[in-house]
Amino acid sequence: MTQEQSVGIVVPQTAHFSTPLPLKSGGALPEYDLVYETYGTLNAARSNAVLVCHALSGSHHVAGVHADTGTVGWWDNLVGPGKPLDTGRFFVIGVNNLGGCYGSSGPNCINLATGKPWGADFPFVTVEDWVDAQARLADQLGIERFAAVVGGSLGGMQALSWTLQYPERVAHALVIASAPKLTAQNIAFNEVARQAILKDPEFHGGHYYEHGVVPTRGLALARMVGHITYLSDDAMGQKFGRTLRHDKPVFSYDVEFEIESYLRYQGDKFAGFFDANTYLLTTKALDYYDPAFDYDGDLVAALGRAKADYLVVSFSTDWRFAPSRSREIVYALMHSDRRVSYAEIDCPAGHDSFLLDDAQYHSVLRAYIDNIKL
Amino acid sequence: MSFQRYDYDVISNWIEPGERILDLGCGDGSLLRYLQDRRQVRGYGVEKSPEGVLACARNGVNVIQIDLEQGLAGFDDGFFDHVIMSLSLQAMRNTQGILKEMLRVGHEAVVSFPNFAYWRHRQAILNGRMPVSKNLPYQWYDTPNVRFFTIADFETLCEQEGIAIRERLAFDEDKVIVEEPNFLASVALYRLGRNDAAGG
Repeated sequence: MTQEQSVGIVVPQTAHFSTPLPLKSGGALPEYDLVYETYGTLNAARSNAVLVCHALSGSHHVAGVHADTGTVGWWDNLVGPGKPLDTGRFFVIGVNNLGGCYGSSGPNCINLATGKPWGADFPFVTVEDWVDAQARLADQLGIERFAAVVGGSLGGMQALSWTLQYPERVAHALVIASAPKLTAQNIAFNEVARQAILKDPEFHGGHYYEHGVVPTRGLALARMVGHITYLSDDAMGQKFGRTLRHDKPVFSYDVEFEIESYLRYQGDKFAGFFDANTYLLTTKALDYYDPAFDYDGDLVAALGRAKADYLVVSFSTDWRFAPSRSREIVYALMHSDRRVSYAEIDCPAGHDSFLLDDAQYHSVLRAYIDNIKL
Repeated sequence: MSFQRYDYDVISNWIEPGERILDLGCGDGSLLRYLQDRRQVRGYGVEKSPEGVLACARNGVNVIQIDLEQGLAGFDDGFFDHVIMSLSLQAMRNTQGILKEMLRVGHEAVVSFPNFAYWRHRQAILNGRMPVSKNLPYQWYDTPNVRFFTIADFETLCEQEGIAIRERLAFDEDKVIVEEPNFLASVALYRLGRNDAAGG
């Protein structure tokens, strides 16, 4: 086995598209940019491409390091030479989704029709729209068919959707810590997050850019709620417990318990770089995703057109995207006669487990990916 | 491994090419691999242990990591042609439940298990020791087996549960045992069906 290495310094690229993209919400984006990164080399047969789809707060920066900021990719432990998704063998692509805030066209970009930032006027984009946009990027890169499409959480929904929207263009889908659709409880958490942003006085109906302000309080609150749901009760208990900053109650609303400090820090940090409109759009994309909607809720019927092979992975302590939700995907795929394997990883870290390098998790990914024929 | 291949051959002969197969407690997936290569089955394994799941992924067979003691909720009635449980029934606590589930999701079930009444096992008991043999390789204190039963016991249970025994093959190592299997056979393989269903 090659020793695991980093892909090293990486530089994002931008692809411009001037053919309008029809959107599920009606209308179309007249033109748009997608920012992306690639790792490894596309082989002569163009058969070794793997697309990595990001989740709520992710980006095109999947692996390697940005020279200017030193930022390491969000799935660097998975992607690189000798790593489970081995860039010595595969040509890996990460792309920032439409509506994002990392360089792809989104609410914080200029709307050419008005000369002002899109803000709240940026159209609603869905998982299906993202996949359509990714497919156009694949066209531009000369990739007819992906060896695999990989994603966790919302990224897993994109991987699943790829196999339904472009069945001929995906050989394998790796759907990790995901769900075939959100539950009411899951939508409820997203709604709390959205209300926190929408009710922030500095939101200005989504046109805060023009006012020179950012609804940081709402965005930080949204992130705090999200963070609670990404961790397991046990993990939070183990990491923070009831530890008090002053060793005893001081009867104040300032930070006393360590968990308060952690959540505030995470919220403020996130509000410092993420865009509130992107957060709103992305949580709605999560809520709307339901491939069985047009099939009277029959997921088996919805998956009927799929042709890919699948690996589905869940984590024992993930309650935001619980193992039972992954099993729904697995059983529906099996009953559609798709080849599918399912691993339920015993990992204490909750939903965030999918970003960690748990030994069993990465071994299963490696074993499955190693068997992908090019 | 000669016995194991024999076991695989018998199971393979009970299966038509291209069938949908479910292998419960599939371990490293080698039986499924064998059936995939020989019978071009569309196979899925069920395995609880992380080691087994990883081995299946390496073996290139479909594996679903769930705990069989929870039953097969999520599996549609009659979806599989054959549901197999090879040398694992004795390690299941919910014996009646799983047999019922096998015949719910499959048209037929294939079950094999070590025969506790095999003469060498009887001899061990007569000598005052729990049997340890090729098919019961564990010590009493580290065995994963939780049910100890014989060919006669199993057939009584089938009758009681309305399970039709469509075929039985008993073995001592790789020799077929026809006479006195409950005494002379170390392992038995069964092809089972539902009593109310048409014979197969």
